[in-house]
Amino acid sequence: MKYSIFSLARAALSGHKGWTRAWRDPAPKSRYDVVIIGGGGHGLATAYFLAREYGIRNVAVLEKGWIGSGNAGRNTTIIRSNYGLPGNTGFYELSMKLWERMEQDLNYNTMVSQRGIINLYHSDAQRDAFARRGNTMRINGIDAELLDAVQIRKELPFLNYDNARFPIMGGLLQRRAGTARHDAVVWGYARAANEGGVDIIQNCEVTGFVRDAKGKVTGVETSRGRIGAGKVGMAVAGSSSRVAAMAGLRLPIESHVLQAFVSEAIKPLIPGVITFGAGHFYVSQSDKGGLVFGGDLDGYNSYAQRGNMPVMEDVCEGGMAIMPMIGRVRMLRQWGGIMDMSMDGSPIIDKTPVDGLYLNAGWCYGGFKATPASGLVFAHLLARDEAHPEAALFRLDRFRRGAMIDEKGQGAQPNLH
Amino acid sequence: MRIACPFCGERENGEFTYLGDAAPKRPNFVVDGGESPERIEDAFYDYVYLRDNLAGVMREYWYHGGGCRSWLVAERNTVTHEFIAVTAAPGAGAASAMRAGE
Repeated sequence: MKYSIFSLARAALSGHKGWTRAWRDPAPKSRYDVVIIGGGGHGLATAYFLAREYGIRNVAVLEKGWIGSGNAGRNTTIIRSNYGLPGNTGFYELSMKLWERMEQDLNYNTMVSQRGIINLYHSDAQRDAFARRGNTMRINGIDAELLDAVQIRKELPFLNYDNARFPIMGGLLQRRAGTARHDAVVWGYARAANEGGVDIIQNCEVTGFVRDAKGKVTGVETSRGRIGAGKVGMAVAGSSSRVAAMAGLRLPIESHVLQAFVSEAIKPLIPGVITFGAGHFYVSQSDKGGLVFGGDLDGYNSYAQRGNMPVMEDVCEGGMAIMPMIGRVRMLRQWGGIMDMSMDGSPIIDKTPVDGLYLNAGWCYGGFKATPASGLVFAHLLARDEAHPEAALFRLDRFRRGAMIDEKGQGAQPNLH
Repeated sequence: MRIACPFCGERENGEFTYLGDAAPKRPNFVVDGGESPERIEDAFYDYVYLRDNLAGVMREYWYHGGGCRSWLVAERNTVTHEFIAVTAAPGAGAASAMRAGE
């Protein structure tokens, strides 16, 4: 069923009784050409691109819970492509371009809103670093503008410009950045993948890999029985180490908890996304009116999907430092998600040493914005057995080769990226 | 999450800094000891980058910077955040003093 203004009008006139299921709920078949583990945004986008771009339609997406129940439903919905290092710059811009046409591609309202992102700077050194990043972006055809304090004040008059420790001197603006509706992205990809013939199988937990005599992965054991597969792709960020361990692999990844917060709804206040990197606080406002904000990782390994009080305090202090007015707003909800923190802060999209097993992992806390490009390049890898040009540097062996993509320059300390 | 420091008693975890898994041990090779470069590289790659990343009970290093400034080894469940045991890290000055009964 194609969604349009006419289908909406027709349904409205018939009491909204004519809507059909957006995707099927099939029982698993005994074998697929490609099995993707993980029904989050990345897994579903991969299935969609396999069917649409690469003509591989005998595909299953296996999800332990319900689709979008992991990090796809726990992020702060920001999309942007303001990266500075080779490997990241082109990849995230590919993603940004796919966001810009996603609603037409998927025939689904994913509420992509290019409301802009401003990264604030507070010192000469930070300004120079942002100027360099902005120049890198522009050289690569990505929009970036370096604003001074006067220009920022016009857009965001409510910030605290005279903080003694972090006076706002300006910011790096990417106007094409913004937000999208995270659940709608999951549902949009699920619906479009389903139309391409993909089986989306929920409540189906992978419990092991089936290997042949040579060690090649030929399928998966699941809570709904054995499913054969020509190739198996993992898109289970947060739990990559646990799933990879079933195939005997150890990864350069630690799982950490990141918290996010929503305030009570208030009238429109914040025009775009604001990041205060020096204190690590970032905020945007949802269409419902809540301020959506977050900050640092808690800092310890965790699979608990919940964090602790010191980081909540730290995030709120960051908010109060840069935007004292939010002290009058009450926090409504708080939650945690499990981040696949890689050793250099960048993702891994590659074949594994195990034949037939492919890895999409290490998204740290930047996975949401990457969803469409991650799906495209992972589908490319699964279909062609070679890396997509924009993901050629996201190799698993880059740590051994010393070819890290360390955007923050923190070294092999995952809780600092 | 509260951490029972063996020296200071139970404190909130904001006083502590996390280092990570206590399992990786720095490889120890004799300089010019005849070991192949590949083996040395493999050992360091493993030590610096690869992690078990356990879902369950894990031994890990914490630093009590907001208290006694001791390095501690905790056994903690990464799924529930429950601490099973917290002891002084071996080799720390306080740890050897403790072992000597001081």
